[in-house]
Amino acid sequence: MYDLALTEELLLKIEKPVRYIGNEVNMVRKDPEKVDIRFAMCFPDVYEIGMSHLGMQIIYDMLNRREDVYCERVFSPWTDLDKEMRIDRIPLFALESQDPVFMFDFMAITIQYEMCYTNILQMLDLAGIGIYAKDRREDAPFVIGGGPCTYNPEPLADFFDMFYIGEGETVYYQMMDLYKEHKAAGGSRADFLKKAAQIPGIYVPSLYEVTYHEDGTIRSFVPKIPEAPATVLKQVQMDLDHTFYPKKQLVPYLKVTQDRCVLEIQRGCIRGCRFCQAGMIYRPLRERSLAMMTDVADAALESTGNDEISLSSLSSSDYSQLPGLCNYLIDHYRKKNVNISLPSLRIDAFSLDVMSKVQDVRKSSLTFAPEAGTQRMRDVINKGLTQEMIRHGATEAFKGGWNKVKLYFMMGLPTETEEDMKGIAHLAETIAMDYYQLPSEYRHGRVSVGASCSFFVPKPFTPFQWAQMCEMEEYQHRAHIVNDEFKKQHNHRSLSFKWHDSKTTVVEGILARGDRRLSKVIYDVYKKGCIYDAWTEYFNYDAWMEAMEENGLDYHFYTTRPRDLDEIFPWDFIDIGVTKAFLKREWNKAMAGEVTPNCREKCSGCGAARFGGGVCFESKSKVD
Amino acid sequence: MKARVKWTKTGVLKFIGHLDVQRYFHKAIMRAGLPVSFSKGMSPHQIMSFAAPLGIGMTSEAEYVDITFDWCYSGQEMLDRMNAQMNEGISVTEFRQIDKKTKSCMAQTAAADYLVTFRKAHYFVEAFTKRVEPFYFQEEIRILKKTKRSEKEVDISPMILEIRPQGDEAIFMKLQAGSEQNLKPQTVMEAFCNYLGYDYDPAGFMYHRLETYLKEDGKLLPLGAIGREVTEPVGPEEE
Ligand code: SF4
Repeated sequence: MYDLALTEELLLKIEKPVRYIGNEVNMVRKDPEKVDIRFAMCFPDVYEIGMSHLGMQIIYDMLNRREDVYCERVFSPWTDLDKEMRIDRIPLFALESQDPVFMFDFMAITIQYEMCYTNILQMLDLAGIGIYAKDRREDAPFVIGGGPCTYNPEPLADFFDMFYIGEGETVYYQMMDLYKEHKAAGGSRADFLKKAAQIPGIYVPSLYEVTYHEDGTIRSFVPKIPEAPATVLKQVQMDLDHTFYPKKQLVPYLKVTQDRCVLEIQRGCIRGCRFCQAGMIYRPLRERSLAMMTDVADAALESTGNDEISLSSLSSSDYSQLPGLCNYLIDHYRKKNVNISLPSLRIDAFSLDVMSKVQDVRKSSLTFAPEAGTQRMRDVINKGLTQEMIRHGATEAFKGGWNKVKLYFMMGLPTETEEDMKGIAHLAETIAMDYYQLPSEYRHGRVSVGASCSFFVPKPFTPFQWAQMCEMEEYQHRAHIVNDEFKKQHNHRSLSFKWHDSKTTVVEGILARGDRRLSKVIYDVYKKGCIYDAWTEYFNYDAWMEAMEENGLDYHFYTTRPRDLDEIFPWDFIDIGVTKAFLKREWNKAMAGEVTPNCREKCSGCGAARFGGGVCFESKSKVD
Repeated sequence: MKARVKWTKTGVLKFIGHLDVQRYFHKAIMRAGLPVSFSKGMSPHQIMSFAAPLGIGMTSEAEYVDITFDWCYSGQEMLDRMNAQMNEGISVTEFRQIDKKTKSCMAQTAAADYLVTFRKAHYFVEAFTKRVEPFYFQEEIRILKKTKRSEKEVDISPMILEIRPQGDEAIFMKLQAGSEQNLKPQTVMEAFCNYLGYDYDPAGFMYHRLETYLKEDGKLLPLGAIGREVTEPVGPEEE
């Protein structure tokens, strides 16, 4: 038995000790003595969440293909172990070697959602390398951030040595080579950061100076030294067929959130929903070939023994090879008793046919994401789904034997009126009515239409980055309007309505469009004992509000304030390919209730064509 | 064909819970590509049933699982193919064919042997090993049994079939096990601590299962003993 970082006594005391022992099937084993670079890939949430993340498996596989690098995994210790580690002064450790992270060369932290920010501080703190980047010793690992939240990294600026803005596949090899050179030449920490800043996509926050206007908005955001570029260009992997994809995926012992193989069939989205950040930052849409996907499916199922495989993308129905891939999976794997799950499919004749082959119609539910209750509101957000399409899809599904429908909505969208809110209840009612009007041979008991609602949080690099949020109480108020309307419906016993926590929405809103001044707030919140904000049982709204006040910051500045079209945003130094001019155009069209066609109907010249591939170069009409 | 498979759980894998072990077996068998039988219906699952779960932190060299296969290779080959997919810590050691009608290993379990050893720096070992006899020969060994609703005192001595020191460093015990009467070695050590006037410290002991038994004609036999060796491949059954 090899040495574990935690004693047996401790492992027996805590919940799910298997989170901390590593040793899973397909774990990469290397002799740490024999590599040049030790790379800790950190996910600031608990093991079961982090291990469900495909991106992490891709980087793990990619870096470990290099003989000179040993990439190991680190997750946030759960709250029970967190306490013990502080008492016993046990440093944060990596699962593979069980060695402390402070011995590593890199600590790369993937930042998937705003509500994990205090967990990032937890990891830095437990690692013992200094929470603030400026306090780090010469021999401390370089702390680098990646993932969707780096498209506005500013609230975290003080804690990271650098951020990588782009898709993981592209520049890490270059960074590893540069680091080896640097290590051999023996330069200082500052020297390396200066060199790293010149790698495309790398942003070193300490090399930039921010000044503010009196009203708190940004006056200037400029590099302090010539080596740091004024704008950082997002890096994209254009050819998704000839790139890294793990053939041997890790097999956790614990039941993780995604206990299945995941096929990322495409990246990006053609739809252009105006609230959706992923839809903008991953432009342009790039597909993977059918041949690659079937290869990956075979290898992933064989190497894991998983009994389920799932497609992953923002809108799977737009994948041109979907019929071929579905048929392949059904033909090859249904008889081997592998479950096939197909999330984010548009409900139509094709998808209903496929779904009836792969799932138990009686038990499963259909999912629609109309996002808003009225056509007017859906036009504002550019969600190209009409009431007719939803009703038609649902009716077809009812005829196919389904009788459970789930609807996803957002509230607090820009220009939302009471009419729009009540429209959520009305849409649910209409679907239930449609069911009860079907001839009885199509009906199997009562229909169940469940609507669930989150509150809209404006995100950087979306047309809604200029939008005003509501006060926390206002979200509650609106939810109650909808809830009351649901109760008034004739079929209310077949309907249900749930909504998310509005306090979380406010904090997420502060952080999403925050600036550097929030680093101190996050620090103070952490010091008040907060971690795991993404878990409602640990989220402490008052601590956030207190910390804002103690730092002389008004949360309205980040949430409810109207923003000028020409305001310099904290994230404006990043170039995602999609231009600010396009986003402005989209914002104006939203206010006018005009829709924009999707990339396959008509190119709207968003700017992402500069990457030279993907959907932008499929044959179709173009604007010039 | 139905097989009774014996397996071990040692090393760091002792921290894996029972449900995780089940998932681990399912996946290992899929990776090995073995012809396991599935239940019918829209969500088929492997036909597999485990004997009594082993608590987190315990090790064992005698766990059992009954698995139904459509057909199989020779026993040795089945073991080799499964072990090729297993991690250090869990491995299969015995593959025997049992009758389709045999009760599940869970239902058959009647008793188990354990070896209790002492983790360093918690207790003075001799205090235990030297006093096993007087502890065992008490009139009664009463222990407070807590359920969700009530607490009651029970006498566990009839469930201890055998207990003795093994060398200077360990205690061997044979206890009733299974769905009717189940006594955990932890409970015995707790009672032993009470008897000696010590606080029970769960971290002080290490528990290792040596064998699991069924009862046939009043005799205890290892769960695998009723099976037949599989020296040749077994073909699919004629319907
Ligand atoms: S350039 Fe045109 S086709 Fe390409 S992503 Fe932008 S809108 Fe779509």
